[in-house]
Amino acid sequence: MSDLLDNKEAAQDAVLEWLNKKAKTKSKFYIKDFYKIFPDDKPRMIKKVVNKMVEDGILEYWSSGSTTMYGIKGGGIQHSSEGEN
Amino acid sequence: MAKHETPLLDQLETGPWPSFVSDLKFQAEKRAKNEEGIEFQMPVDVVEDLLGILELSFKHGRTHWKHGGIVGVFGYGGGVIGRYCDQPKNFPGVEAFHTMRVNQPAGKYYKTDYLKTLCDLWDFRGSGITNMHGSTGDIILLGTTTKQLEEIFWTLTHDMNQDLGGSGSNLRTPSDCLGQSRCEYACYDTNALVYFLTNEYQDELHRPAFPYKFKFKLDGCPNCCVASIARSDMSFIGTWKDDIRIDQDAVNKYVENDPAYPANAGAYKGSKDWGPFDLEKEVLGLCPTKCMKFENKKMFIDNANCTRCMHCINVMPRALKIGKETGLSILVGAKAPILDGAQMGSLLVPFLPVNPDNDYEEITEVIENIWDWWMEEGKNRERLGELIMRQGFQKLLEVTGIDPMPQHVSYPRTNPYIFWKEDEVPGGWERDVDEYRKHHQR
Repeated sequence: MSDLLDNKEAAQDAVLEWLNKKAKTKSKFYIKDFYKIFPDDKPRMIKKVVNKMVEDGILEYWSSGSTTMYGIKGGGIQHSSEGEN
Repeated sequence: MAKHETPLLDQLETGPWPSFVSDLKFQAEKRAKNEEGIEFQMPVDVVEDLLGILELSFKHGRTHWKHGGIVGVFGYGGGVIGRYCDQPKNFPGVEAFHTMRVNQPAGKYYKTDYLKTLCDLWDFRGSGITNMHGSTGDIILLGTTTKQLEEIFWTLTHDMNQDLGGSGSNLRTPSDCLGQSRCEYACYDTNALVYFLTNEYQDELHRPAFPYKFKFKLDGCPNCCVASIARSDMSFIGTWKDDIRIDQDAVNKYVENDPAYPANAGAYKGSKDWGPFDLEKEVLGLCPTKCMKFENKKMFIDNANCTRCMHCINVMPRALKIGKETGLSILVGAKAPILDGAQMGSLLVPFLPVNPDNDYEEITEVIENIWDWWMEEGKNRERLGELIMRQGFQKLLEVTGIDPMPQHVSYPRTNPYIFWKEDEVPGGWERDVDEYRKHHQR
């Protein structure tokens, strides 16, 4: 495990920084998108950190039923709108 | 008087088959009467509105459902599928109509009091409409609101010792046949293995980890009653290594048309006059590899050429039995036709022993090697079968550490090219030029 992923706070900050940077164009991300933040780590370790962030209420799942994506809690399109303002 | 006129749906009730429309009308009426005095937590007319919006979709020729959302229960990334309708003013009862997947027990064995409790819970906190079972195998509870989700989850887990199933990019609820609990053909205990896999991979089942969905399905024998070979990313099919057991006396009873030995165990008896049993026509002639013969009142099977199709055993169950050295085969990559068309599973491991004493070590090793590869290399929304097609079956063999073998070849002589890797060639790519020049001039 890389030092970045091993340090819970630093890992969470890195995820949030990356998500905020992308926030203008996108609000929901696949699990694989997070691999870019931790290029030296195994997918299984990365998903543990990301899922922990959901448990801690920092991120939230969005699921179509067949695929699951992640976003900052409360951010982006919620169910009640479909891209409209 | 129904809340909404449904002339198009009414037509569906006129066919010769049982109709879900009739069932929904029955449920709508039951809720309206509420003879049991249930304190409904969903609008009492939820089923009426469901019929109404379905009628509207038929009329418009397009759906009025929006699927997906952020709904779920705390700590879980699967098991709840958000559903909302886009006509909430006209059909307020189904404004939110979420689906919950409940992890069915191994072999789908229930006690009636369990089913009654589940139905009572769903009448109370949901629409009362269920689907027993969904194609994943789960118990599907159709239609509830976001507010009810945690309440339902609490009751399921605390009062009923019952977990949710998988959805989204999770491991889906593993599904199996009855196996050795009821079936003499079963080559391993499917119920035990599905229970083990469900517990072993709880994290993968409840928290999304994969590029897309991943399904385990377990069949006790090659009859494949669960159709795992066609419906699961990883299919475990019971098989045997040694010879089919033959009871020659019983074979002759079938040939003599003894009434105690009906073909197919009497399964098709009475549906029409099938005439006397004909061994040649009904068994030997239908053997796909023609590996059987019957001479001088004795049946012979060339077991080396048997593909375990099960036909002869199904037709003559009192005379032929599966072998004694049993285990399972693992096939991978089956999927429905969303991308690249439907795929059947490809045989990866022809035979593995099924050993609960070492926590099925041989099986979990294969699973985890495959997951590591797919999680690393699979594209978003790419099923395992598509990754195998994209990177090649050879790559799959590499990551699982399985040596190529004849059973891996489904179609021989379709690819004349062989590419060797440096470590597969003696001496690698380096060569002694001086030695070479001794035999070849410049």
